[in-house]
Amino acid sequence: MHISVNVDGVTYADEVEPRLLLVHYLRERLSKTGTVVGCDTGNCGACTVHLDGHSVKSCQMFAVQANGHEVTTIEGLARDGRLHPVQEAFRSNHALQCGFCTPGMIMQAIDLLADESDPDDETVRKGLEGNLCRCTGYQNIVRAVQDAAQRMKPGAGPKIEQHSDENIAAKQPVGGE
Amino acid sequence: MIPAEFKYLFPSSVDEAVRMLAEEGEDAKIIAGGQSLVPVLRMRLAAPTALIDIGGLTELTGVRDDGDSLLIGAMTTHYEVQRDHLIQDHALLLRLVTDTVADPQVRHRGTFGGSLCHADPAGDLLAPALALDAVMIIAGPGGRREVPAAEFFVDYFETALRPDEILIDVRVPKYTGWGAHYEKLNRVAQAWSIVAVAAAVQVSGGKIAAARVGLTNVGSGPVRAADVESALIGQPASAEAISAAALKASSGDGYKDNLARVLTDRALMAAVAG
Repeated sequence: MHISVNVDGVTYADEVEPRLLLVHYLRERLSKTGTVVGCDTGNCGACTVHLDGHSVKSCQMFAVQANGHEVTTIEGLARDGRLHPVQEAFRSNHALQCGFCTPGMIMQAIDLLADESDPDDETVRKGLEGNLCRCTGYQNIVRAVQDAAQRMKPGAGPKIEQHSDENIAAKQPVGGE
Repeated sequence: MIPAEFKYLFPSSVDEAVRMLAEEGEDAKIIAGGQSLVPVLRMRLAAPTALIDIGGLTELTGVRDDGDSLLIGAMTTHYEVQRDHLIQDHALLLRLVTDTVADPQVRHRGTFGGSLCHADPAGDLLAPALALDAVMIIAGPGGRREVPAAEFFVDYFETALRPDEILIDVRVPKYTGWGAHYEKLNRVAQAWSIVAVAAAVQVSGGKIAAARVGLTNVGSGPVRAADVESALIGQPASAEAISAAALKASSGDGYKDNLARVLTDRALMAAVAG
């Protein structure tokens, strides 16, 4: 069957077998191996990607079901060589040991932070309920998500992206006569 | 694990989906959110010859106000149910139950109607659907028909849905202002309930005016604790009255019988408090 899917900002047109799982399409056809297969049973969340902005387990759906939709993988997060703030937070909080669950953890964390901008410990744990870390490194993962929330607060971005009202006022065009 | 081959069909209307089901025969299967079906296919517990994907039928999504009741589209996702203000105002129990279904990723794709049709006795939505007197609105080759929840759930993974029919809407009477709670016992995150109790209670002037209680995973389908409901009517909303009524949740002496009584007690106490 013919499908057209936008993955990480690029539209791909492909002929696929209906039984091809989305995760296998991403890995084997598009070589986006950043998304991994953990458990093969829909439990572990390692294969989490975003479909039209919401997290889904890419081993729990077929590529044909993504026809006409937008998929974002872990490989589509960095901008101009700079990591996404959630990726940065995972790195600086040592939120990974073997790293296998990390792509899914980060994708789910971003989904969680879209709904909960300043989550407490319990909210993070509930929000990551569908993601398993077999190294059991959950403490630092929770810390990283909370750190990421702070990094993503309004005004927390790089200096160049910070606009105070004064700056904006100063840039107002002066009315010409 | 890779599923067996199947033919994939993507209807653009309910009528077309019904026609496809008739044409493909009884080995065809409807796929809604696929969060139970895809694992089943991958483990090759089922190998339908055709999958009819109703993911494009946007007319089956969303919750509508229909006077004394709500109409919940079968393809409304768990995520949408959790955030719908009509559900919050008139069927709070459904929101509380849905909050506990699986995990966020599954709730983004899994659907209200799909869960009911899958009819896993450990599935969370069956007991509240039964307790709240939901009615299934079904489309088939002969037109529409309605089946009350009490007749819809037949056995393990088996419903009154015929092979050529599709669940399109679920009618749920309004329970505006009722207190509700879902008390679910499981051991680990994202596990199914060992036993769970869905309770909705209408309290008026300190007395219980009406109650609805459904039990998850104590039999081959959801169980209505009708004896508990009738024992509560007219009783004060007190711990003593609730504990006495909760004893009627099950008369057996097995592990799950005891759980049913204890969890019913807890569910009702939380429901009258909230």
